[in-house]
Amino acid sequence: MRTQPRVERAHPGAGTYVMIAVILTVITAAEVAVFYIPALAVALVPILLTLSAGKFTLVVMFYMHLRFDSRIFTGVFVAPLLLALAVILSLIVLFKALPQTGS
Amino acid sequence: MTQAATYTHPATATGLDSWKVGFWTFIGSECLFFGSLISTYMVYKGESLVGPTSHEILNIPLTSISTFVLLTSSLMMVLALAAVQRGSRRGALLWLLLTAWFGSLFLGFQAFEFTQFYHEGLTPQKNLFGASFFVLTGFHGAHVTVGVIWLLTLWVLALRGRLGRADALKVEIAGLYWHFVDVVWIAIFTLVYLIQ
Amino acid sequence: MAITKARAATVTAGPHARGGIWSWITTVDHKRIGILYGTSALVFFLVGGLEALLIRAQLARPENGFVGPETYNQLFTMHGTTMVFLVAMPAAVAFFNYIVPLQIGARDVAFPRLNALSYWVFLFGGLFMNSSFLLGQAPNGGWTGYVPLTGPRFAPGLHIDFWVLGLSMLGISSILGGVNFITTIINLRAPGMRLMRMPLFTWMTLVTSFLLVTAMPVIAVALILLIFDRFFGTSFYAPAGGGDPVLWQHLFWMFGHPEVYILILPAFGMVSEVIPTFSRKPLFGYAIMVYSGILIGFIGWGVWSHHMFATGLGPIADAFFAIATMIIAIPTGVKIFNWLATMWGGSLRFSTAMLFAIGVIASFTIGGISGIMHSAAPADLQQHDTYFVVAHFHYTIFGGTILGTFAGIYYWFPKMTGRLLDERLGKWHFWLMFLGFHLTFFPMHWIGLLGMPRRIFTYYDELGLGSLNLLATIGAFTQGVAVVLFLWNLLRSRRHGVVVGPNPWNAATLEWSIPSPPPEYNFAVIPEVHSREPLWERREATPAPPAPEPAIHLPPPSHWPIVVAFGVLLTFGLFLANVWWVPLGGVALVAFGVMNWAFEPGH
Repeated sequence: MRTQPRVERAHPGAGTYVMIAVILTVITAAEVAVFYIPALAVALVPILLTLSAGKFTLVVMFYMHLRFDSRIFTGVFVAPLLLALAVILSLIVLFKALPQTGS
Repeated sequence: MTQAATYTHPATATGLDSWKVGFWTFIGSECLFFGSLISTYMVYKGESLVGPTSHEILNIPLTSISTFVLLTSSLMMVLALAAVQRGSRRGALLWLLLTAWFGSLFLGFQAFEFTQFYHEGLTPQKNLFGASFFVLTGFHGAHVTVGVIWLLTLWVLALRGRLGRADALKVEIAGLYWHFVDVVWIAIFTLVYLIQ
Repeated sequence: MAITKARAATVTAGPHARGGIWSWITTVDHKRIGILYGTSALVFFLVGGLEALLIRAQLARPENGFVGPETYNQLFTMHGTTMVFLVAMPAAVAFFNYIVPLQIGARDVAFPRLNALSYWVFLFGGLFMNSSFLLGQAPNGGWTGYVPLTGPRFAPGLHIDFWVLGLSMLGISSILGGVNFITTIINLRAPGMRLMRMPLFTWMTLVTSFLLVTAMPVIAVALILLIFDRFFGTSFYAPAGGGDPVLWQHLFWMFGHPEVYILILPAFGMVSEVIPTFSRKPLFGYAIMVYSGILIGFIGWGVWSHHMFATGLGPIADAFFAIATMIIAIPTGVKIFNWLATMWGGSLRFSTAMLFAIGVIASFTIGGISGIMHSAAPADLQQHDTYFVVAHFHYTIFGGTILGTFAGIYYWFPKMTGRLLDERLGKWHFWLMFLGFHLTFFPMHWIGLLGMPRRIFTYYDELGLGSLNLLATIGAFTQGVAVVLFLWNLLRSRRHGVVVGPNPWNAATLEWSIPSPPPEYNFAVIPEVHSREPLWERREATPAPPAPEPAIHLPPPSHWPIVVAFGVLLTFGLFLANVWWVPLGGVALVAFGVMNWAFEPGH
């Protein structure tokens, strides 16, 4: 390969990877715990969404190296990701939140 | 054929490898694919005419374990990449095999879950929950299956001593795919299993 | 290194067998794949055009019995599906393939074999869908495939099976193509070819590719759900099982509206190349043109429900989508005015390509304005499903995309063949087509507003629409004559056209710096770019070394793309057997092909 990426920082080592794995496991355990604690039932949805968004971000930034790699990768990934989130959100709003006059 | 004969483009305009740019673009495309499947699931949540539906049938303890299994496979994957980048053939062999093993274990959990549901009367034809659940998790499982085959192929390459430092990019791209499949599961686990 | 050199030498010597059908089947050369795409699109254009003529023949007079309702349903469904997916898109992709690498100073696309795969999957998908005619069971549910009309209950038989499976294949082809062109444009630009120096056509290719990779997965899911409903008895769209047909509409148009811009942006790109060249002026407001193209791509994602005002989404959704639709007219209008400003004060040459480009400005603007009329939700309820809508989208897709593509053909034909298309025949072609087009579709505005619904095989005499419909039919056959003239021109000029050098139009962009037709390796020396109009720069020493660099690596031909594509065809085609495990045979062939592909030497 003649194309040694210039704009990328070095990827982290095994220590960081293991640490991220520990954090991910803790968050997953917390998620399941939240599910079983009745007192948290009212705030269940926002808590779970925040926790899983955190997991998602950690994997993408560290395991998929977006934190260290070129911005171009982030661009071609995040733009469609935002579109996908918009698709999910708008369909939920259209079907669940807005009154429908038809059907 | 020797590696030296591999067709390479002249240095790219961005200095980035084309395979990696292309693969990230493909992952972006996959976001919309899974996004649309998840939308379908969400739109049909609570719209089933007959049971069983999510809260009657989903097995949270079991799926928590399988989620942990898939997360662990992601750790194995980055360790495999680190090993290949170090030039450690033994490390590569070990971690690649473990990644594939944990991936297969996840698939085993899924197969068990699907059979269990089937015996409890949930099929894709039964109701909207069954349809959207099986299609969403089924396509995710198909992605995991492709990933396992991909990893085993790399493992065979490593076994034959054809996965040296220069080939780290191959492992990195397989890793991108694997982690992406993992983050899709992170979303599914929360949206399907925990938020009922 | 020695090995590399030796290999490179052989590669340079003969990566392709020079001729013969096998060299086309295994080619990975972007120029050849471009020609394959273009030729296929042209053949499908004739098929889709014939369908259009049959439709118009049926509608020429009231209560006509030329074709029956069932045939009519198949004709308009396949006309729409063919023209969108098998003509407009592949014709644009033909130019992406042939021109974009030349415009950015590259020797091929980023993934040559993937490119070949895209083509073969597209071709097999198109042939598969059209093979339904042989069984007399062509798709008959409209190009939008609305459920429950296309669900298992109301559409028994193979009609919709062919449609849903064929379209899935085309989607795969488009996603792979999009990935390829995004990577190519990001990564294979020549030194100095910064993003903001790229020709507008390359820019629009980039935006279109982005729309392809994002919009196609959405329709893929819509189609997968329909496949499950039809083959596996689920109820995604079946109200009897709790499903909601409106979900199809949303998923379809979430893809469908970006698709509209997938169709038009490449044509905008072509027009943006032709007009500056024949005005002898750089494009007016280059940066604004780029940004408005990107803006169109993004806003294009937020307007889909304006196709669904009649569905009854409620006032909030209607208002949102109405406003978004009105907003998207702004960047589109910007483009129209910038083209006019480019021509203003230029030294205009009215070649055929230029005439077609100006034809786009005139016709697309009308289609754009009727589009804004649709954006007003209350007015749209009156226009919905009438010929007014048919008039509108033909003004944009024919008046924009097809006329724009003809501009591209007349403009780049000399680059591809080294010969000009005949200008006299070309002008006949233009005027007949332009007048025929307006004669066909302008009356449809009235036909629609007077209440004639689309997709109905006939109409009563008492409606008083006979003469307007006859006018439209005459226009359609006029266009038919124009297409025959074009074909004649194409065939004749390929052998007997005026031979030209590298830059017959005195154009500004890189593709005109190399011989016509370009050699296999495109650029003997990869150029260095200093401006947006490299060939209009006055430079003392134009470096043009005659001999190629010592080692130009070109990928050798490969037959694995067509093998994998055949596997894809089997995977989807075998669904017709209606046994769930049979398609796995196709999957196995895909897997076999991909494995061999991955380890193919020399790539």
